[in-house]
Amino acid sequence: MTREPSKVGKGVVFFKLRGFRELGIIVFIIIISILIGIRNPRFLTWSNFHDILIDTAALSVLSVGMMLVLVTGGIDLSMESVLALTGMIAGMMVKQNPQLSPLFMLTLGLLLGGLLGSITGLIVAQGRVVPIIATLSMMYIYRGITFIISGGKWINAYEMPDSFKEMATGRWLGLSKLIYIVLAVYLFFYYFVNHTHTGREIYAVGSNQEAARIIGINTKFITWLVYTISGALSGLAGVMWVARYASAQNDTASGFVMTIVAACVLGGVSITGGVGTMSGVLLGSITVGIINNALPMVKVSPFWKMALQGLIILIAAIVNIAISQNMEKSQLRRRAI
Amino acid sequence: MKYQSSLSERKLNITFKWEWLLVVLIVGISIVNGRLSSHFWSYTGIMDALSVFLEKGFMVLPMALVLIIGDIDISVASIVALSSVLMSMSYKAGLSMTIAILVALATGASCGYFNGLLISRIPGLSAIIVTLAGSSLYRGIAYILLGDQAIGGFPSWYSYLAWGYVGGTHIPFIIVMFVICAIIYGLLLHRTAWGRKVYAMGINPVAARFSGVPVAKIKQIIFTLNGLMAGVAAVFLTSKLGSSRPNIATGYELEVIAIAVLGGVSPSGGKGGIVGVCLALILMRLLRYGMGLVNVPGQVMMVIIGIVLIGVVMLPNIFSSRRGKRRSQEVQ
Repeated sequence: MTREPSKVGKGVVFFKLRGFRELGIIVFIIIISILIGIRNPRFLTWSNFHDILIDTAALSVLSVGMMLVLVTGGIDLSMESVLALTGMIAGMMVKQNPQLSPLFMLTLGLLLGGLLGSITGLIVAQGRVVPIIATLSMMYIYRGITFIISGGKWINAYEMPDSFKEMATGRWLGLSKLIYIVLAVYLFFYYFVNHTHTGREIYAVGSNQEAARIIGINTKFITWLVYTISGALSGLAGVMWVARYASAQNDTASGFVMTIVAACVLGGVSITGGVGTMSGVLLGSITVGIINNALPMVKVSPFWKMALQGLIILIAAIVNIAISQNMEKSQLRRRAI
Repeated sequence: MKYQSSLSERKLNITFKWEWLLVVLIVGISIVNGRLSSHFWSYTGIMDALSVFLEKGFMVLPMALVLIIGDIDISVASIVALSSVLMSMSYKAGLSMTIAILVALATGASCGYFNGLLISRIPGLSAIIVTLAGSSLYRGIAYILLGDQAIGGFPSWYSYLAWGYVGGTHIPFIIVMFVICAIIYGLLLHRTAWGRKVYAMGINPVAARFSGVPVAKIKQIIFTLNGLMAGVAAVFLTSKLGSSRPNIATGYELEVIAIAVLGGVSPSGGKGGIVGVCLALILMRLLRYGMGLVNVPGQVMMVIIGIVLIGVVMLPNIFSSRRGKRRSQEVQ
């Protein structure tokens, strides 16, 4: 067998495959948009695109939290229940005190969600409970607490002050205010993940926990931190969700964790840890948002959504594995020279 | 580090057996239940407490195997829903009830086979992501097939499965079936070479593979069994409810995993047995029965079950790490 000397360096191969991955999602988005646009021209209008962005706002915030957890090799199934619980508490608070400002509610959501997430983080990091079991339990625990504090009642649109609902309906420079929240979250976490020590340590823990521990990274703290962040972002998304749909229910976002995982896996986040980019997660969230928005437009029954999500997760996970094996092979080939 | 903790755990096992703790807890909860209800300490009272919604028991047995090999399956609840929906649809389509039951079993087994195929054939694809996707996919298919409707009106003999008694005695049929299944699984896991291979896979899958254990094949079999038993549970659950909907059995995965872990099965693999799992099942049934007596709503029960699950996994970890620290201090 003849070996051809590779002309590109390791970093370039890596970059090329990465770029290929994200380019693939963009091409997929364009193709699917054109196909849906042919079936229903209303899909390709600016107002519909803006609607997709608003509907994806909560999902794209949640995906960042899930990505950080997945990068460490864990999984957080409790996000949807943290969302429901903080959403319910926020709804009850604005019902009692309509004078509370939206900014205060968002901060409250962040802090409350962070508190709930830090409990999960403690159980995983200090209690050494397998993440899937810890977060599956917390999912049902927080969901049950939501039911207990609300007494089974809903908070409806007419009980919320206009200033609170304005968070989602209000525009600033032609864009919904929710989109600016998403932008702020992405800018902050882009900097955090790529340019701070702690952010890089998250990837180190996910790539090889034992090695990370030996070079002096506090792996327990990092594990606790990612669950706290994912809780905080779920809390933030909970307030956004309640403002957007103008109702807080016991089963808010029930089953939504599948959508979050689908967005992350589509965006190239590896379920075994160590791999995941902010741009990938953003593109993954938008893709899922487009698919969810398009289904009713091409007259597919909403009952298909659940099965389709499962299928997306499976296929995307298999594609991720194929790509990473390809990457490994090309690195091995380079090493052999 | 790992070796040390397993050593200390083995010492723990000699001085103190997990199963005895379960027996003590069962006795304790029975006394509390007896104080809450005067009907509890009667033959029919105990039989009722044990047999109500025993179908989870059928799912716990293979779930123990899945956990012992160090994997997890969170799609079982959705497999129950899909099996139940397909069974009632094929009955409505004119097939006889016996064949419809076989359809449910075949559905469960093929869902499990599909899970197992992906997990064992594609390296790097973890059981978590496959069964997470599966839980959305299978229930999603059930929704596509049935929408938000329900199907009922089964033949009258079908309700015998969940409500009937064997012959002229007062032993519920479902308990007899469960005991038979438990004995089969117990023999399979504890008395055959295949069972030893299952434990070997859980303790160290790489070493097991190099010692000639057909890891992929055993994984495939265990996940198929898990699906099949979810089909069995679907048959009994539908018989109990009298109708079938796509949203039945939500949350079963948590309770099934919780019972297995409460029974001493370690979620990181290699530990646990069928006896402990059966005791944990009895304990959980009595606990639920008692909570029902004092009118605890379903959602609160889920909170309690979640706390029990986390507590059971966390407490031994905390104690063993303390013990490990003390030992390393002694060594120094």
